[in-house]
Amino acid sequence: MSVERHSLEAPPELVARRRRGKVFQYLCLSATLVGVVTLVVLLADVLIDGVAWLTPTFFTEFPSRIPARAGIKSALYGTVWLMGLCALISFPLGVAAAVWLEEYAKKGWLQTVIQTNIANLAGVPSIVYGILGLAVFVRWMVPFTGGRSVISGALTISLLVLPILIIASQEAIRAVPGSIREASYGLGATKWQTVRHHVLPNAMPGILTGTILALSRAIGETAPLIMIGALTFIAFVPDGPRDQFTVLSIQIYNWASRPQPEFQHLAAAAIIVLLMLLLSMNALAIWLRNRHHREW
Amino acid sequence: MRHSISVLAGAAFVTAMACGGGGEQAADGGTLSGAIEIDGSSTVYPISEAMAEEFQIANPETRVAVGVSGTGGGFKRFCAGETDVSNASRPIKDEEAAECRANGVEFTEVRVAWDGLSVVTNPANDFVQCLTTEELKRVWEPGSTVDNWSQVRSGFPDKPLTLYGPGTDSGTFDYFTEAIVGEEDASRPDYTASEDDNVLVQGVQGDPGALGYFGFAYYEENADRLKLLGVDGGTGCIQPSVEAIESQTYAPLSRPLYIYVSDRGLAKPQVEAFVEFHLQEGADLVRSVGYIPLQPEQYAEELAKVRQLASGAAETAPAGEAPVDEAPAGEDTTAVQ
Repeated sequence: MSVERHSLEAPPELVARRRRGKVFQYLCLSATLVGVVTLVVLLADVLIDGVAWLTPTFFTEFPSRIPARAGIKSALYGTVWLMGLCALISFPLGVAAAVWLEEYAKKGWLQTVIQTNIANLAGVPSIVYGILGLAVFVRWMVPFTGGRSVISGALTISLLVLPILIIASQEAIRAVPGSIREASYGLGATKWQTVRHHVLPNAMPGILTGTILALSRAIGETAPLIMIGALTFIAFVPDGPRDQFTVLSIQIYNWASRPQPEFQHLAAAAIIVLLMLLLSMNALAIWLRNRHHREW
Repeated sequence: MRHSISVLAGAAFVTAMACGGGGEQAADGGTLSGAIEIDGSSTVYPISEAMAEEFQIANPETRVAVGVSGTGGGFKRFCAGETDVSNASRPIKDEEAAECRANGVEFTEVRVAWDGLSVVTNPANDFVQCLTTEELKRVWEPGSTVDNWSQVRSGFPDKPLTLYGPGTDSGTFDYFTEAIVGEEDASRPDYTASEDDNVLVQGVQGDPGALGYFGFAYYEENADRLKLLGVDGGTGCIQPSVEAIESQTYAPLSRPLYIYVSDRGLAKPQVEAFVEFHLQEGADLVRSVGYIPLQPEQYAEELAKVRQLASGAAETAPAGEAPVDEAPAGEDTTAVQ
């Protein structure tokens, strides 16, 4: 029947419906292209602007009011410090929270409240974390953090990435099949042994992927760091977590806001460096995911 | 399955450690070391940035951090004892000084440069030589609808008026609005705004009906492409010039720029050295970032004041030192120099 129907001339309303379908398809395509083309134009613009300024001295010099001798040394060190400390702080906290929520917490109102709050916190604008960081880490915890220091920044950024990290880790832990846990219990393992030897190892690729993606979101954060006072001229490298710092995103902001065109080129060059860092972190995440991906 | 956790956790740990261990031991060298905390005005920031950069090149062991919290934000931190030096584009307010005193922060005001503002038109404009502050206010105040030169002053020709000025992030904007409109940051919004003074210069240059304002340094660089107006603040028309700005006869659009130094800060050798560097080697740097340096004798005066305080701070505990604005100038200060 239907074969005969198809061989017939299509009725006009069907043609119109198909045309509408096509229109919708192209609308969606152009919506996709808006984003992609903008990104390509932006990248091309930044590359043209900045590539010539990516000299070796750009990495070894401190910022300067004279464009020719300006570099990103302090910003690069600051970013690495910040991300390193942030990983050290947020990774154990996030994984432990996810383990508790998935493996230990009893289903009930408490767990629901916590879970809802974590989901909401993931959507809080980053400037709010900046205000919190200023009040708690910079002002209140001065004796410990030393004020506007790397550790204050890392703690603030850790708060920012924690919700994302917890949710990603929870998903990774949930993806470990229950049969594995049951087999472990069946062999007489305790809960701790099961988590330690079976759940976490199997969830780890997913957890690490989530961690790296969360950190790569944090690496470009500017607003909360400006809030806690990292918008400063810094021509030294932090010696410890209680030293002052600046980061790439802030250095970019600083240069981009200056009138002289040379500083725009410097900003573009710094953007390229930041993008490279970000893309390599994302590549690492994808590699980890693919390498350890397994079907159950 | 067992190996995966150790390998991956190990990898994560190594990555984190590699990230964390980024510190670098500075080479041994200079005698001065330690931190200098500076914050405050964005107008003074270019001067401090230049000073900090050159000072650290000369004293690689020191660590100078220069923030930009604005004059008021800077004083807040300064009076809480968080900073050694506070940059200011206006004198400290009484409330701020009281706050400092309440926290036991004694301080000294040090002038470091002069800043002036130029009001300019297109060189083809032949009917205006001078504007009064009231006329400027009428043009620039919020809600102003003046869009023709004939509305500025009766007798001016019927020509469209277009406005050019710095954007709201600019210290020049704060200063102009405060001095002309009477309230900081109160300005009509419908003008061509740019943080880039070069854009403003080009705009005024290409627009016969233009009226604009920006830092005096930018006028000087582009004097052949602009027409400079005098400003009448009630005492007659004054053309801005280096001399008129220094002597503050070009009022109200010239002002001194300050740094405030706490006694506790001055007691630290690196801070004292930094302030002295400001006053001894600063003139060229001030000029290079577009401001007008003090006269040599004014620098000497400020330097004598700082040295006297610093030696006092070293001998006795820093107490009871009232903020001195104008130290007695004269032969004895040059003797110190």
